[in-house]
Amino acid sequence: MATSDSSISGRPSMAGPDSSISGRPSMDLLRFATAGSVDDGKSTLIGRLLLDSKQIFEDQLEAVERTSKERGFDYTDLALLTDGLRSEREQGITIDVAYRYFATPRRKFIIADTPGHVQYTRNMVTGASTADLGLVLVDARQGMTEQSRRHAVILSLLRVPHLVLAVNKMDLVDYSEEVFEKIQADFTSFATKLTIPDLTVIPISALKGDNVVERSERMPWYDGSSLLHHLEHIHVASDRDLVDTRLPVQYVVRPKSDDFHDYRGYAGQIAGGVLKPGDEVLVLPSGFTSRIAAIDAFDKEVDEAFPPMSVTVRLEDDLDVSRGDMICRPQNAPTPSQDIDAMVCWMANEPKLRQRQKLAFKHTTRTGRVMVKDLQYRLDVNTLHRDLDATELGLNEMGRVQLRTTVPLLCDPYEKNRTTGSFVLIDEATGVTVGAGMIN
Amino acid sequence: MTIVTHTDYRLSHLDELEAESIHIFREVAAEFEKPVLMFSGGKDSICMMRLAEKAFYPAKIPFPVLQIDTGYDFAEVLATRDRWVDRLGVRLIVASVEQAIKDGVVVDDGKTSRNRLQTGTLLHTIEDEGFTAAFGGGRRDEEKARAKERVYSHRDEFGQWDPKMQRPELWSLYNGKIREGEHMRVFPLSNWTELDVWHYIGREQIEIPSIYFAHEREVFDRDGMLLSTSEYVTLKADEVPEVRTVRFRTVGDMTLTGCVESTASTIDEIIDEIAVARVTERGATRGDDRFSEAAMEDRKREGYF
Repeated sequence: MATSDSSISGRPSMAGPDSSISGRPSMDLLRFATAGSVDDGKSTLIGRLLLDSKQIFEDQLEAVERTSKERGFDYTDLALLTDGLRSEREQGITIDVAYRYFATPRRKFIIADTPGHVQYTRNMVTGASTADLGLVLVDARQGMTEQSRRHAVILSLLRVPHLVLAVNKMDLVDYSEEVFEKIQADFTSFATKLTIPDLTVIPISALKGDNVVERSERMPWYDGSSLLHHLEHIHVASDRDLVDTRLPVQYVVRPKSDDFHDYRGYAGQIAGGVLKPGDEVLVLPSGFTSRIAAIDAFDKEVDEAFPPMSVTVRLEDDLDVSRGDMICRPQNAPTPSQDIDAMVCWMANEPKLRQRQKLAFKHTTRTGRVMVKDLQYRLDVNTLHRDLDATELGLNEMGRVQLRTTVPLLCDPYEKNRTTGSFVLIDEATGVTVGAGMIN
Repeated sequence: MTIVTHTDYRLSHLDELEAESIHIFREVAAEFEKPVLMFSGGKDSICMMRLAEKAFYPAKIPFPVLQIDTGYDFAEVLATRDRWVDRLGVRLIVASVEQAIKDGVVVDDGKTSRNRLQTGTLLHTIEDEGFTAAFGGGRRDEEKARAKERVYSHRDEFGQWDPKMQRPELWSLYNGKIREGEHMRVFPLSNWTELDVWHYIGREQIEIPSIYFAHEREVFDRDGMLLSTSEYVTLKADEVPEVRTVRFRTVGDMTLTGCVESTASTIDEIIDEIAVARVTERGATRGDDRFSEAAMEDRKREGYF
């Protein structure tokens, strides 16, 4: 394939493309979701992580100091750093998912900061959907609450692979090992009912900074790492499915130019497995097979592609492939199905989810319509109780449903693949996203 | 040319951000009838252009580029814009605030800044041309109100953003459903920080306007901000212009965009400077964000970028 020099008029003094910039080693990315209420000190913890990693600038800190003084607080309320919208500042609560960013030399972090109250389950589900790790806060004086159990349940349902329980406000219980161990034991025993592949419990004080960035000397009995050290070192690359090849076709690239007259590439983001040139592939739903001729990443060809790379694949044969199709392997492909069994989190006040309701859906790059065949049960996210008599799902409720789709879904169980196992439901009248589904 | 990559199946943070942004560009191009890319000539919109270029290569970017001309733009920025547009072979639409004032689309009352008048001009152009999606270079790390905005940010018939009515955004499943007269603002750089953008520009070796690099310029101090002298600004009695070595951290309306004293003349030096900067880029150099604590939230509700 023809290549062109991709760089134009780069300033001669710039760093070369392969040089590590400003002497930094190459960093990777960790997305984590936090859950907890104002009382758990979540905003203070996030404020502390941002402040200690020098992500807070003087003008931001001054604004917060000014506001704290105006409100007559004794100390600077770091929680104010993360209150975004005016209505939230007025009410002193967080009502929406907020995204925060900080970086250390090892890693860039994206925090999905979600409010903890029961009415905001939909926000927590949203924040957890993209997270590699969930961070649940509890107040050491209170221990496990209904809220912290709910947070763990949601993280488990959303298959967030790593969970950290931060036992906060250790300063208010005299840094007591006993208190910590009791909470740790309670939580661990509760977690056995859930799907939590990796659990870490850390005693901290967000206000005083104990075990947040540095190991605290005030808890010599704790031999684990600080929260930040844990976040920096946890291994997440292998959480992705590198076995089952899945490429949902997103866009067909056809330049129709003299230089690339016959070029036809299938663009998309790899959802699973590793693709290599020469691999035999199966295209669904047509069922045609071919081989990968090349994998293009902009003006270069790559020797393999894996999640979450965005690439453009060329096939050896001229097949009719379009958006919504799935490229996979002949011996390893999802079974197309129009009957879907899924856990759904409902996200709208009106309409409610009811039997025989028709909705639009989006799954990978496929869209269509669904009909609700059956609501099997509603799940109480606080008690894990299944209400088999439920006839509808309202805002912030979760339940197991049977759906019939107008077109087959090329899907995997959500527990195997969070990309090909998830979908959203859309109200056709308003265009609003009303449900999030995870396929069983 | 074939390159061997990533034997441990890990992507660097820049590669992962790039993959996510490219996914967003392709999704919009596939699902929206008439997208447009809002291009200011600033580093963020140049970063967007690069990602769009990569998303569709070897085809051309399948949508036009829109610039709102305040009439007070830096010549260096317009020159960079023209070189990018030429190289990529995309259609450039320039909507002029000046013209919008003449046509009565927006009202210049002498008090409202050109930056604010851009909003009316932009909404008018979107409506006039029938654009259904407009890519913007906004990042969530810029400002508190932006931290809560979606990648796909829905706008009603009046172009307004209603933070309380935002659609939940899960996984990488973006809901592009809109009704007649509505449009979507799309922010492919949502998860990038200022530093990520600079690292990416350095890595990609792409052209940005020269005013980002240290240069000598005649400036004066107004309300603690260093502004450039130009034909558009009238000095007040106590304002004394002097030549200093400066650079700009953001580009916008010349009458409102301040510069900082700096000797950073390469991307690496800029990155080192930002790494130790103590003030946000907007706080330091944008007069338009200083008016109130909720300045950005208010402008966003009205339909600003």
